[in-house]
Amino acid sequence: MARHLISTLAVLGILLPFSGLATAQDKTPIKLGVLEDQSGDFAVATIGKVHGIQLAAEEINAAGGIDGRPLELVVYDTQSDNTRYQEFMRRVLQRDKVDAVFAGFSSASREAYRPIVNQFDGFAFYNNQYEGGVCDANMVITGAVPEQQFSTLIPYMMEKYGKKVYTIAADYNFGQISAEWVRNIVKENGGEMVGEEFIPLGVSQFSQTIQNIQTAKPDVLVTLLVGTAQASYYEQAGAANLKVPMASSVNVGQGYEHKRFKAPSLANMYATVNYIEEVDTPASKAFIEKWHKKFPSEPYINQEAENSYSAVHLYKQMVERAKSTKREDIRKVIAQGDVCFDAPEGKVCIDPKSQHMSHTIFLAHVKEDHSIDFPKVWQDVKPYWLGDAGCDLTKSDPSAQYTPSNPPVAAE
Amino acid sequence: MIRVIRFLQLGFVMDLLYSAFSFLYQSGDAFAFLVLSACGLAVIFGMMGVINLAHGEFILCGAYVSTSATQMGLPLPLSIAVGAGVAGLIGMPLERLIIRHLYSRPLDTIVATWGISMIVTQGTLIVLGSTMQGSGTPLGSFMVGNYSYSVYRIVLMGTALATLAALWLVFTRTRFGVLARATIQVPHIAQALGVNTGLIYSLTFGLGAALAGLAGGLYAPTMTLVPTMGSAFIVEAFVTVVIGGADIFLGTAPTAAILGVIKAALTSWHGQLAGQIGMLLSVIIVIRILPRGISGWILNERP
Repeated sequence: MARHLISTLAVLGILLPFSGLATAQDKTPIKLGVLEDQSGDFAVATIGKVHGIQLAAEEINAAGGIDGRPLELVVYDTQSDNTRYQEFMRRVLQRDKVDAVFAGFSSASREAYRPIVNQFDGFAFYNNQYEGGVCDANMVITGAVPEQQFSTLIPYMMEKYGKKVYTIAADYNFGQISAEWVRNIVKENGGEMVGEEFIPLGVSQFSQTIQNIQTAKPDVLVTLLVGTAQASYYEQAGAANLKVPMASSVNVGQGYEHKRFKAPSLANMYATVNYIEEVDTPASKAFIEKWHKKFPSEPYINQEAENSYSAVHLYKQMVERAKSTKREDIRKVIAQGDVCFDAPEGKVCIDPKSQHMSHTIFLAHVKEDHSIDFPKVWQDVKPYWLGDAGCDLTKSDPSAQYTPSNPPVAAE
Repeated sequence: MIRVIRFLQLGFVMDLLYSAFSFLYQSGDAFAFLVLSACGLAVIFGMMGVINLAHGEFILCGAYVSTSATQMGLPLPLSIAVGAGVAGLIGMPLERLIIRHLYSRPLDTIVATWGISMIVTQGTLIVLGSTMQGSGTPLGSFMVGNYSYSVYRIVLMGTALATLAALWLVFTRTRFGVLARATIQVPHIAQALGVNTGLIYSLTFGLGAALAGLAGGLYAPTMTLVPTMGSAFIVEAFVTVVIGGADIFLGTAPTAAILGVIKAALTSWHGQLAGQIGMLLSVIIVIRILPRGISGWILNERP
């Protein structure tokens, strides 16, 4: 009998550490892959995104982690190179086995890695403004989309300055589809496109483009320039004294051109942004103070940095409510339609149909001395286009990108 | 009535003149960019045969140094000269330490200079950050007809021509020029005649690097200053030198003029994309017909 007792105790003695291990397993880190361009042509706009994720992760870990589990970042530099995205996306999903990936700046890079996320059934956050239309259950998109940025900006500009519009855009999927949006909105508002020019990435000399614009005499110039080479346009147009009012969904809010170029080359630029560091609210000020405490030499906090920061907090909430890091469990939480966060820009919520995010949209106006004022703010602009057009991720997952001229086929 | 017709005719002639000026300006602008980006490479690649993929980083060096000098209060022409000088001073020891050992292995220079290029780009990013504030384009603008133009671009065109003239003088009228050409053409004879060929190689490479730095300094006020800015020049530079062939004056200069006109015409006709396509297409056609470039063709044709 006594021997029985002893062996039982011995078994318990062996088992007990294991039960201790079982609770320790709940403390295993949640792994977040971070693929952003920390070098190369896009680095100016994207280094801040990595910092935003690091800041949010530090806050979350200091407050006890996600459901008691620490958040661990697996960061790779994608070097502004699409093939690096594919390589590192495979690596974080297969080798590092991360629970979610935060990835991508250019739309070309997103479309390069998205098939890999689908193939390995991963869960990716794209924290960047873009041309819209991605209806994919493996993706959550926290950046602003055309119905948030153009449907606000273009009518405002046409009313204020006139109906003749000229677009210069980077020549890849982002620029082409964004230009299509601009074209449609100009037409809907009774305006006229007096010119359109698509510029290959990496082009840095704009003398002839500047003259083409002067020939067409537009009232409004929409600039959708991407990358640091193309940003040289502003300096050259300023030097040639081209003074057409400008509108943009990407410049100022991403590449902070108004800080990098000497005044007044960006004067009279209007950009719709969901956040920039000039936003003057208590929430924004507190955010900037926190940021500069961790990253004192940060040149600028742009909208994508704020999106990335907010996305980590949204992910924490999703995991805690789902009590799981499995994508399908998390999507059940998103489907409830109330995943919201008080971001520095204001309250943002994830739309269940498209898994895109609502935003406060600020109209940023660059003045003669390159300081910024906000003539208009649109509260709570929803990413409605995909849902209205027929994308409903709560019912089906086409994993496709749609455009106004190529909308989802209506469900049978 | 006649007066009205005269007036219309005058208007027509004026319009024609304005268009001619604008075309000249645009072609000249493209020409200046091609000449200035290619000059340094024409010396290092065209003459010395070193496939220098770090050409863009010498340009970067010139741009960053001259902008810093401007921001410290130096007048722009002086700071551009400082930028060119620093690029040249960096080029000389680089030739001595790395390039010199690879003269007989031209393909290996690709790997070596590519490595240098990556180290410099990434090093600049780590040490100086992702971007640097520009100094702004000086000199303002002027109007011709309905168009306004930047005065500084005219300065760039003038500098491009002056650079070509100065190089011609250096290579044909100075002792260094003669020694450099002799050293590069038949190094052992030059050495036998008592020329310090090692020094000449260093100086020539330094001259090429300084010319790249000059391009960087000149274009810095008009461009985004980032560690990758050299890549904006390198395609145009290689295209010009490859089409031009080994001779700067018979190759680089006429090539830049021809490509400048093609690029300006196509860009005004159908935008930047057409300009780029047109330029690269003419490159393919030229190297298919004239494998030794324009200068090789001119020199062969000469009796």
